[in-house]
Amino acid sequence: MPRYMLTFISQDDWWEKQSEESLKKAYAPLMSWWDELVKNGVVKSGEQLAPQRTATTVRRVNGSMKVTDGPFIESKESVGGYAIIDVPDLDKAIAVAKSWPGGDVEVRPVVEH
Amino acid sequence: MRSLGDFDVAEEAVQDSLVAALEHWPRDGIPANPGAWLMTTARRKGIDRLRRETRYREKVAQLEETPMATSSMPDERLELIFTCCHPALAREAQLALTLRSVAGLTTAEIARAFLQSESTIAQRLVRAKRKIVAAKIPFRVPEGHELPDRVNEVLAVLYLMFNEGYLATGARGAMDRDLAAEAEWLTSLLARLMPDEPEVLGLLALMRFNLARADARLDSDGELVLLRDQDRAKWDRRKIDETFLLVGRFLRMRSPGVYQLQAIIAGAHADAKSWETTRWPEILRSYDSLITYGDTPVVRLNRAIALWHVDGPAAALADVDALSSELSGYHLFHATRAELLRALGRTADARAADERALELTENPAERALLARRLAGRSR
Repeated sequence: MPRYMLTFISQDDWWEKQSEESLKKAYAPLMSWWDELVKNGVVKSGEQLAPQRTATTVRRVNGSMKVTDGPFIESKESVGGYAIIDVPDLDKAIAVAKSWPGGDVEVRPVVEH
Repeated sequence: MRSLGDFDVAEEAVQDSLVAALEHWPRDGIPANPGAWLMTTARRKGIDRLRRETRYREKVAQLEETPMATSSMPDERLELIFTCCHPALAREAQLALTLRSVAGLTTAEIARAFLQSESTIAQRLVRAKRKIVAAKIPFRVPEGHELPDRVNEVLAVLYLMFNEGYLATGARGAMDRDLAAEAEWLTSLLARLMPDEPEVLGLLALMRFNLARADARLDSDGELVLLRDQDRAKWDRRKIDETFLLVGRFLRMRSPGVYQLQAIIAGAHADAKSWETTRWPEILRSYDSLITYGDTPVVRLNRAIALWHVDGPAAALADVDALSSELSGYHLFHATRAELLRALGRTADARAADERALELTENPAERALLARRLAGRSR
């Protein structure tokens, strides 16, 4: 079946402000979503990513490489994680994206080589 | 009669069919970038496969030349409509694709309708089809729980199409009736295919009430006539009466919605012998309901016009002025203000508002109307 990457958009600010207690509460639905979808074979792989401030970008500039602090695109919203799902078509992929208990989700087909 | 030979498409779909292409591309895994894929394939699996795939692409290109309109498969037309109007496609793409694949317009006809070049439309269609293939938008009628949102998406496309045709902005002319007629035809097809969807009936009724007034909308000089000044003898009474039967049908379904409400408003106008004897309180109540579905400045603007006839121009002007920050770029906002100011005897302010409206409208017939008003003629 075709695969799609779900990119989970996260508000770094919000996560960094949360208390231990509040973080646990916020994570709970995300964790159970993950467990269930891995169990039923929809999610094949995926990871949570550390906040965008931990990113480093290698840019190709004028034939040479430049290493810079920060993500590729700096913005208030960033990539918080991803999942690779295996579903029959886009409607199913959209349904999975809608079921994510977090924020916005980009749905993009994976190129099969 | 084209033969698709070893491509194993459904027997009914042999004739033309974007339908077949849409159905089979995802299943056969034809990728978004056929060029790159073909090179990889040739490297891995040899020239034979490459030849077969090229032939497939030729076939598919041939299929794209003939639209769905000539097909005798009512079932598949619903799948086609929902696929063309999939939310994963941009609104412009949905419009072009629906006109091409369901209504059977040529690329040239679509280009003329939207005042764009043929190559722009052709590219738009190609990109939309590529997205359908690449993202694997399925060829299906959505399931029960998905239907409300998906039906709304289709209705939004058809409504936009109708409005583009009915009151075209830009240099085209007051009314491109062909596009409005296409939209009405498509909506009527949808109503036949989904007879129990009240919002579909609502949109159809709305379109038909509007179309019933079409002959009165332009005067003998081809200039725009406002609803209140229209010669109601020119309205198609038979069409109006038939459309009220539609209204009865959706009312009995007891599942109100925005298009049904707009149809009720249009019906209240269509039913009135004159502007003055229009059932304004009923229209006002319908706008109040509409606002609960979506509180937008334009709905509030239209409501204010009804309020004018129920509570007088001062009350209406207060409501209209409250919308100025949101609607200052909208010509009808200023045109409405002008009418209310005139009703209140504030002629200089009314004139200024008309001038602002004229600056902002591109529709030639509307421009002519506003220019005449400024020149002192009453119509």
